[in-house]
Amino acid sequence: MKSTRILAWLAILIGVIYFIVPLIGTFEFSLRMRRGEYSFDAYQSVFSDIQFRTTFGFSMLMALFTIVFGMLLVVPTAYWVRLRLPRMRPVVEFITLLPLVIPAIVIVFGYLRLYNSSSFLPLTNSTSGTNMLLVFSYMTLSLPYMYRAVDTAMRMIDVGTLTEAAESLGAKWPTILFRCIFPNVMSGVLSGAFITFAIVMGEFTMASLLNRPAFGPYLQLVGANKAYEPSALAIIAFAITWLSMGLLQLVSRFQKTAPVKA
Amino acid sequence: MSHSALIDRRTVIDWLGIAPFMIFALLFLILPTLYLVTGAFVTPEGDFTFKNIADLFSPSILSAYWISIKVSLASSLGGAVIGFFLAWAIVMGGLPRSIRSGLLTFSGVASNFAGVPLAFAFIATLGRTGLVTVLLRDMIGFNLYSTGFNLLSFFGLTITYMFFQIPLMVLILTPALDGMKREWREASEILGATTWQYWRMIALPILWPSLLGTTLLLFANAFGAIATAYALTGSSLNIVPILLYAQIRGDVLHNPNLGYALALGMIVITGLSNVLYIWLRSRAERWQK
Repeated sequence: MKSTRILAWLAILIGVIYFIVPLIGTFEFSLRMRRGEYSFDAYQSVFSDIQFRTTFGFSMLMALFTIVFGMLLVVPTAYWVRLRLPRMRPVVEFITLLPLVIPAIVIVFGYLRLYNSSSFLPLTNSTSGTNMLLVFSYMTLSLPYMYRAVDTAMRMIDVGTLTEAAESLGAKWPTILFRCIFPNVMSGVLSGAFITFAIVMGEFTMASLLNRPAFGPYLQLVGANKAYEPSALAIIAFAITWLSMGLLQLVSRFQKTAPVKA
Repeated sequence: MSHSALIDRRTVIDWLGIAPFMIFALLFLILPTLYLVTGAFVTPEGDFTFKNIADLFSPSILSAYWISIKVSLASSLGGAVIGFFLAWAIVMGGLPRSIRSGLLTFSGVASNFAGVPLAFAFIATLGRTGLVTVLLRDMIGFNLYSTGFNLLSFFGLTITYMFFQIPLMVLILTPALDGMKREWREASEILGATTWQYWRMIALPILWPSLLGTTLLLFANAFGAIATAYALTGSSLNIVPILLYAQIRGDVLHNPNLGYALALGMIVITGLSNVLYIWLRSRAERWQK
């Protein structure tokens, strides 16, 4: 048993070294901008860059739209499948998993061919159309995570009884959906929202190929042209991921205190 | 209104309920993919052909697939082995509970920390002026780059990809290891089995679908990734996603339909590994009741 524990500690030690060293390395590098001493100059340079602010804001906005529209699509669907169409469940679940199978670059390649200026739906013709397409692409990317999070939360409530209770009190469909179902799966909605936020903020492929001024392509541009700012940006990006995932774990801990019903 | 008409109306409403989702999936997931898949089998003039598929087997495209497969295979196997030992350590290693929750939380973050910033992190660490490179040189006079090591290579990309592969393995494998019943171990010990025999004859036969399945998932995960590789190597490392990126940007293959075939090849490879993963997972779940 003792040798097991030593081996286990050894495994953890190797893991910690592999994961911590790049983070320390990045942080150390980001402080090296001023010659001969450590400083936060690189961060100052990043934050004062107007491009940083506009692309960051743009990606935040896209993330917000993705979360709102994604949830408006996913929650009613998951609800409806549980309530009325349980036999469609395997099909819907299969579709939500497809974005994990089809690489993002292939999906966006299809968009560019299908929605170009000569197509039936020329979305890439205008800026607003392309922005819409970008939001749709992010909704597609986050579909597996959003659907799973919402569906897990929905498993814990009795959708049928809740609906009947609301109906017998005279509630109409919008009331049932937005004042009864949504609040009850809020933990799932929030989990899905945080992971979507983490995905969208750093996303590169979609935004780059659709030519939108998002944070991901900006990161790539800085990486190709500057020395110390990329490290500062990597630390900032890591902090964003950490924040989203921390909030996610907080939310899912709340979820676990709720009564579990299979 | 007759009874049957009522039922019909109800059925229609039932289907209308998931219509928005189905239309969305059709427009933004299925049709774009189908467009490329069918495009792979026609000439620019619109005639049916297998030539695009055959052209995939030209040396330059084949080598791109080969490098992609090598990087994905190496990073998924490396991620699987190290991830397995980490998951084993927190489940069966008798470590404090805090280590377990700490590692799982960190894995949740690290498995989502990919893309461009990950490339920056490794350049700052193992690049020519990175922390580890400089420390090795100044402290013990060891020049990493004189050994032929290069971050912008197959090996460098593999090490970098493992930063999100290992945590993913830990996250998926920990529940599988949790499902290993204590009684199995105890029973085998009472019957006089050694630790080695327990692993070879009980644990691994139960775990292999989980292990292999997750490795396949990691493989597909690495195969479709582009942002990290692009930020790390620019276009100097010729992997399939980067070739496809260049093709979308400016038709470097001089044949749009060959581009579609390139995309089809990617779907086939990630699709196959995912189908196998799902099949193996359903086998693994038999033991996790």
